[in-house]
Amino acid sequence: MSLTNEQIQNRLIEKFGEQVYAFSEPYGMLTFEAPKDLNLKVLQFLFDDETLRFRFLTDLQAVHYPTDKGRELAVVYHLHNLVDNVRIRFKVFTDINTPDVFTATQLYATANWMERETYDFFGVNFVGHPNLKRILNVDEMDYFPMRKEFPLEDQTRIDKDDEMFGRGGSIN
Amino acid sequence: MSRPVQFNITPKPTDHKGHISMVGMPEGHMGEGFFATKLSEVVGLARKNSIWPLPFATSCCGIEFMATAAAHYDLGRFGSERMAFTPRQCDLMMVMGTISKKMGPVVKQVYLQMAEPRWVMAVGACASSGGIFDTYSVLQGIDQVVPVDVYVPGCPPRPEAILDGLMRIQDLVGQESLRRRNSEHYQKLLDSYGIQ
Repeated sequence: MSLTNEQIQNRLIEKFGEQVYAFSEPYGMLTFEAPKDLNLKVLQFLFDDETLRFRFLTDLQAVHYPTDKGRELAVVYHLHNLVDNVRIRFKVFTDINTPDVFTATQLYATANWMERETYDFFGVNFVGHPNLKRILNVDEMDYFPMRKEFPLEDQTRIDKDDEMFGRGGSIN
Repeated sequence: MSRPVQFNITPKPTDHKGHISMVGMPEGHMGEGFFATKLSEVVGLARKNSIWPLPFATSCCGIEFMATAAAHYDLGRFGSERMAFTPRQCDLMMVMGTISKKMGPVVKQVYLQMAEPRWVMAVGACASSGGIFDTYSVLQGIDQVVPVDVYVPGCPPRPEAILDGLMRIQDLVGQESLRRRNSEHYQKLLDSYGIQ
């Protein structure tokens, strides 16, 4: 019998109680949250537990919600149980002024690249990452381009009429 | 049954009358047994019909360039069939495709490695102005890092347009004064890009 979302949810609540919450199943994929200080404990439990066995980190990225004060940045982990072929999504939220989240590089080697990318675009400071510096953008870049307060368009370009090309839109 | 072979068995009569194009003579004075013209005309004539291009192809314009260099459009008709990927031997850098900001220093490095005289052609909308990629990661035209001689519009340009660009380069090369590269004006241009 393969692993169901309900079993995963029960196992997590059994272990962490009130510390894991906001369970939902968009398109059948189990999604839940935890406080950001607990992210490593939850990931370690998902990795080690004999029934859960989420040992493959498929993806890791961030989302910026500028209107959600106090929890502007979401760091999202996509995990995969290769034995039962089950995927889940795990989120931690952090304040944009102190975007410190513990690194998952000790647990998943693949987090090294993805955390650098997430730092590059969102400025999430992964505490304990061995080499946290820009990976895709130019080293001289002095902002985090995927944060929504920064316009998408290149600001050095002067030949375009903003009204005609829809440049400089606001986030609202 | 084997296919009858027809090639190379029966000799074809050669018919090259009017099919070989020759470069016209430069302006000058001619008399019995002599021809006098300016040195710059002769140098320009030699240079413009033996341009060695360096294809710097990063995306779809590069595919159009491959068609341009292939048999149908045949860049070789203009004496430019000798492509090289070593900048030190090349005269013309053809930048074809989107150049991201991280690629900008590479374009400049390649330009610096080319020996004078050197020309640059920006092929396509992206290389000329950033094109549709009006975004934080893309260089908004390679003229921000290197001086450009000819811009070819199009997204991507047809091979005919690239050939037209090459002919414009040929015009520039053929008419260039031999002193231009030593002039103050040219030094100022290079200084504005922070080169030497």
